[in-house]
Amino acid sequence: MTALLAIRDLTVRLPPRGDRDFALQGVSLSLDRGEILCVVGESGSGKSLLAGTIMRLLPPGIAVAGGNLRLAGEDLLALPEAAMRRIRGARIAMIFQEPMTALNPLRRIGDQIGEMFRIHTRLSRAAIEERALALLTEVRLPDPRAALQAYPHELSGGQRQRAMIAMALALEPDVIVADEPTTALDVTTQAQILALVRDLQRRRGTAVLFITHDFGVVAEIADRVAVMQHGRLVESGTADAVLNRPGHPYTRSLIAAVPPLHAAPRPPLPPGTPAVLRIEGVSKTYRRSGWFGRGGPETRAVADVTLSLPRGGTLGIVGESGSGKSTLARCVMRLLRPETGRIRLGDTELLSLPATAWRRETHRIQMVFQDPYASLNPRRRAGDLVAQGPILHGVPRAEAMARARALFELVGLSPDSLGRFPHEFSGGQRQRIGLARALALRPEVLVADEAVSALDVSVQAQVLRLLADLQKRLGLSLLFITHDLRVAAQICDRIAVMRDGHVVEEGTAEQVFGAPRNEYTRTLLASVPGQAWVPPVVAELA
Amino acid sequence: MSTLGRFLRNPAGLIGLLLLLLVVAAALSAPSLYPDDPLRLAGRPLQWPLTNPRFPLGTDNTGRDIAAEILHGARISLAIGLVATLLSVTIGIAVGALAGYYGGWVDDALMRIAEMFQILPNFLLLLVLVAVFGSEIGTVTLAIGLVSWPASARLTRAEFLTLRQREFIEACRTLGMRDAQIILREILPNALPPVIVYAGVVMATAILLESALAFLNLSDPNVPSWGNLIGAGRAVLRVQWYVSAIPGLAILVTVLAVSLVGQGLNDALNPRLRGRP
Repeated sequence: MTALLAIRDLTVRLPPRGDRDFALQGVSLSLDRGEILCVVGESGSGKSLLAGTIMRLLPPGIAVAGGNLRLAGEDLLALPEAAMRRIRGARIAMIFQEPMTALNPLRRIGDQIGEMFRIHTRLSRAAIEERALALLTEVRLPDPRAALQAYPHELSGGQRQRAMIAMALALEPDVIVADEPTTALDVTTQAQILALVRDLQRRRGTAVLFITHDFGVVAEIADRVAVMQHGRLVESGTADAVLNRPGHPYTRSLIAAVPPLHAAPRPPLPPGTPAVLRIEGVSKTYRRSGWFGRGGPETRAVADVTLSLPRGGTLGIVGESGSGKSTLARCVMRLLRPETGRIRLGDTELLSLPATAWRRETHRIQMVFQDPYASLNPRRRAGDLVAQGPILHGVPRAEAMARARALFELVGLSPDSLGRFPHEFSGGQRQRIGLARALALRPEVLVADEAVSALDVSVQAQVLRLLADLQKRLGLSLLFITHDLRVAAQICDRIAVMRDGHVVEEGTAEQVFGAPRNEYTRTLLASVPGQAWVPPVVAELA
Repeated sequence: MSTLGRFLRNPAGLIGLLLLLLVVAAALSAPSLYPDDPLRLAGRPLQWPLTNPRFPLGTDNTGRDIAAEILHGARISLAIGLVATLLSVTIGIAVGALAGYYGGWVDDALMRIAEMFQILPNFLLLLVLVAVFGSEIGTVTLAIGLVSWPASARLTRAEFLTLRQREFIEACRTLGMRDAQIILREILPNALPPVIVYAGVVMATAILLESALAFLNLSDPNVPSWGNLIGAGRAVLRVQWYVSAIPGLAILVTVLAVSLVGQGLNDALNPRLRGRP
């Protein structure tokens, strides 16, 4: 039997003078009816361009240089553009990563789903509306009739993604290409969407090409897996074979980097360890300013949070988006002023300090930011960025530069790169610069706000190891904020779970992961994708 | 590729730069080519261009040498353009930076002031200022700078509003940096490119504003500005049209040059256009 979608020796050329010549090189894949094929790879592996090539929607300057692409025997690459338009949406549909940008913000959901029918069929208006309603019911939107009339911004992220899926399903396509469809979603929403995809695919027998970077998602959903690296397919096989008996060294290193979902064995903190940072009854309310500063609706971002960070330990704050964990971090750093509460660093109460006194204290508590691209001033050299802090605190320039040099070595960057600009570094390297900048002031407490979330899994593992190592060597205390429970399990002594501004559970990592007491914590843990799969210890396989 | 390289590869920017250099050369050569006062009477009035070898561009209705007036006028127009632009952009950046960085009531207050300037047409406000403070050339230049700052203030404010929320600015605050340092050394260099580009527009407008004033005989009559010459030629516009047309052409070339340079800078500094052929 021939495969539904057969890709043979596909090669896609990148514009000249790039990092590499080919986005895809000799990729051969096949997708059968009724199966889910996961394409896994890190950023830059060419997995998204593979989706673009299948849809024949490549950015300008990027072109197919060889190979062929057959849908049920028909060569897609040879089709004229008009014929390809009839295939897009009708026979191959796509689900995008960010439903907010993939949907037109000015048109109602029902209208956008109806457009699929208006373009490809001659159904009447009433029939189209009926179909759209049936689709929204099928993707289990809570109130399908209301959703039909809703604008994209009126739905939540998960609901928007359901609407996108309804749109993709509209014409009962043979193949659905899903490009990281759950990456922008919270973990509980992700679990629901994955269940929905799996369920719809089983009922309709659609073939799904599912692109992801997350091995947890792969374990959750894949029938077969294809692993990509630098535009080449390095390994493919059944989910069981690739996940549990990876053959290629690259696959092994990727799987080894996936943190298991149980608290990592860490030596317990000695009893009676004093707290270095105490957060006491902190509340922060956002008020949308109405006319004359009154009357706007209020959001309690952080509600009466009390936590303490033991000296030399790691306190993880986990929660979904909107739970208030980043707001709390910004309150601790005095980037935001909470209405009530105290934040004590050692014996100093930070919130009541006057501005000049706070500037002198900043060297004791430092922060690493989430976005390695936005957190470094693009116009400053890496060395200056790191030396800046000590210079501000009165260290002579030559000494500060020497400190920057030493820190570059400490975080695993070449000291030769001190004179380079941020854009000349990769994402992981930039995050190391951010770390070096925070460490340059020799802080007692390091606040890391989603510091590894934007990184590829292998780089993430390196940075986490680096953090743990530095913590041991420098006696740092870490306030570690993350949405990723697997990451939190790796590095934290204590975990606080936040929801809607409240801390719903706080305890040692073992206790929170092993025997969660709160209902929400249990839901959160149950939503982590791929928990039935325990990543094999790759060293044994090697 | 460097910003300069990108600028030089852009035909619009390159043509603008050449024209601008031409105007600058004219301004520089004025004292050596025509060392005498360009406003003195040089010969019989209203001689057509190319009729008398002593006056290649002819003479105006009071018998002044038009060529001398054009070259000396280039100095005046460029000086007015530069000084007024510098003043306007400096005020604009200062106001925009403070409003955008601090937000809140500072922003409200400063933007209301900017709106007070913007609700009146620039030229009308300029007329009022000249009527009140007199039409000496220095005053006119200051007045032009004073009426044209709100647009660059709004531009700077918009840049500051987005930049102040970036993580690298938060990082500077957590390092213990003072507000003044953050504004001047961290945000401003990142906010500057669009303002620099806009300065080209301000300069072109400043030159035009002065010419318009002079055309109405409201600018300083004691300097050889192009606007004054056009204003003088108005009386003989129907027969000796060249008296107004020649300085008009000079203004056209200068404003075009400045605008093209601005556009070229925009293309060179705009990262989104990079990599396009």
